[in-house]
Amino acid sequence: MSKKFLILIVLICFFGVYNYWVYTQSQPPTKPLLSTNALQGQKLWQDNNCNSCHQFYGLGGYLGPDLTNVYSLKGGDFINAMLNSGISTMPLFHFSDLEKQNIITFLKEIDSTGFYPDKKSIIHKNGWVEISEK
Amino acid sequence: MMKSKAPLLFIITAIASLITAISFGIIATLQYVQFDFLKPFLTFNKVRPMHVTGALSWVLLSAIGGIYYYLQKDGLLKKQLLVSYHFIIFLLTGIGIYTCYALGIFGGKEYLEFPPILIIPILIGWFLFAYNVIGSLLNGFTKRPVYFWMWCTGSVFMIYHLSEAYIWLTPYFKDKFLANTALQWKAGGSFVGSWNMLVYGTATYVMAKLSPTSGVGTDKKSFFFYFLGLSNLMFGWAHHVYLIPIAPWIRYFAYLVSMTEWILLISIIYSWKKSLNFNSTIENKVVIKFLSSTDKWVLINLFVALLISIPAINYYTHGTHVTVAHSMGTTIGINTTILLASIAYIVQKENPNFNFKLVLKGLTFFNIALILFLITLLVAGASRSQWMYALEPSAFAAMQYKLKTVYLIMAILGTLLTTTILVMVLPLFKGLMKALRG
Repeated sequence: MSKKFLILIVLICFFGVYNYWVYTQSQPPTKPLLSTNALQGQKLWQDNNCNSCHQFYGLGGYLGPDLTNVYSLKGGDFINAMLNSGISTMPLFHFSDLEKQNIITFLKEIDSTGFYPDKKSIIHKNGWVEISEK
Repeated sequence: MMKSKAPLLFIITAIASLITAISFGIIATLQYVQFDFLKPFLTFNKVRPMHVTGALSWVLLSAIGGIYYYLQKDGLLKKQLLVSYHFIIFLLTGIGIYTCYALGIFGGKEYLEFPPILIIPILIGWFLFAYNVIGSLLNGFTKRPVYFWMWCTGSVFMIYHLSEAYIWLTPYFKDKFLANTALQWKAGGSFVGSWNMLVYGTATYVMAKLSPTSGVGTDKKSFFFYFLGLSNLMFGWAHHVYLIPIAPWIRYFAYLVSMTEWILLISIIYSWKKSLNFNSTIENKVVIKFLSSTDKWVLINLFVALLISIPAINYYTHGTHVTVAHSMGTTIGINTTILLASIAYIVQKENPNFNFKLVLKGLTFFNIALILFLITLLVAGASRSQWMYALEPSAFAAMQYKLKTVYLIMAILGTLLTTTILVMVLPLFKGLMKALRG
């Protein structure tokens, strides 16, 4: 077997082990799982491509605000009002009451996973950033 | 044997996708300036995926078309008919995706917003590609040049990571929001790594053909950097998720392996340039000019990429237009110049008397427009970061209104950039159409 092919095989084996670890360990055990209602809210989020304008943890489109901690900052009533009225940039989606409740639950449960932007992070001299736990 | 025209059809469709991408890109930027622009017909949640899908299709279709073309030209491509099937599958899927977006039918995650069922024909298309490319090169594979290794591994990893992007549909991952976010960016980051294998492989192929004595593609250095790039594809994705509370070891590991891929390409291009005969014909000159532009864009993007891969800097730039500047800089500056070099090379092969003067003029203005566009994105990103980390930030809408002038400049420069891209691609498009009819 050629040396180049051997390197390729070794890399692929390491990749397999690495993937197993990432798949099984990326969600820390202390972090909550999404409830059935939140999963319904997530489906609405995806079906309406809310991510094109909004972000979670800074990931998504930039036309609208990041919504990671919108529940703890503004509350469920505020989110409900936004969903009821729409604004100049955001269309009015005509969600039912149950759908709005599911979206709010989804946002509430995401809020419980952490902070963004995390203003209490500690920046170390070696360039590492220690993020705060919720 | 009768040669298939399907590789040219891939490239022609790629140019049409590029024109689609830049058109929707301009509309998206105008919606930043005038929030309700076209809102009754075309909301931002439709415009953005139309823009992104066009850009992805440009990169992927032109890389695929080029690879098929080169394999066919070198007499290596075994299954010509599969190329046509592949093209039809991708064309119909693309039409399906744009129809869904126009009708507001989504369901997927960022960058793959279409209903998840549509990933099936996309994967079938990639299977056909991988089967055809690997099958054509399998005989004596270990002794083949590095660009063939890049195309083979790129096609396999493309299938793996596109499948991985749908892992959120499985019962084990369904309710794990943080794991899903991490894996979405793992799949997305490595998807880009996979297409880079195809695109950089194409750059290496063209360089090797123009300068056969340079050793590019066959020497030890090329293979060393290939393996470094492959490692980066596998493990270098997690700088996207530094600030997400996932398992810390994933983030530490990412910090270690981040961004070595840029060093890879610049090193290959530099060693190639040294041995290149610059007294080439005007036709070769256009290919060399495109690749020299790539060289400069690699340097600029290397600098930005290395900076934002440091967590302390990433902390301030993440979630802002600085990230957009980086992704557009690499997609437009690096990938597009490589792919245009490849297309110019193909047009020249098909039409030896083709006049490239207009294309060359367009390239000069393209480089100027792109650098100005990227600077505007960096300014917008810095302003947003300042707002995000202010002790008492104003309302989001107030920040957006404050940035309106910056967005207006972005729209003007975006239009200028679009014009320069059209000046370059329309003559090439015409040349390809002539080759298709010929």
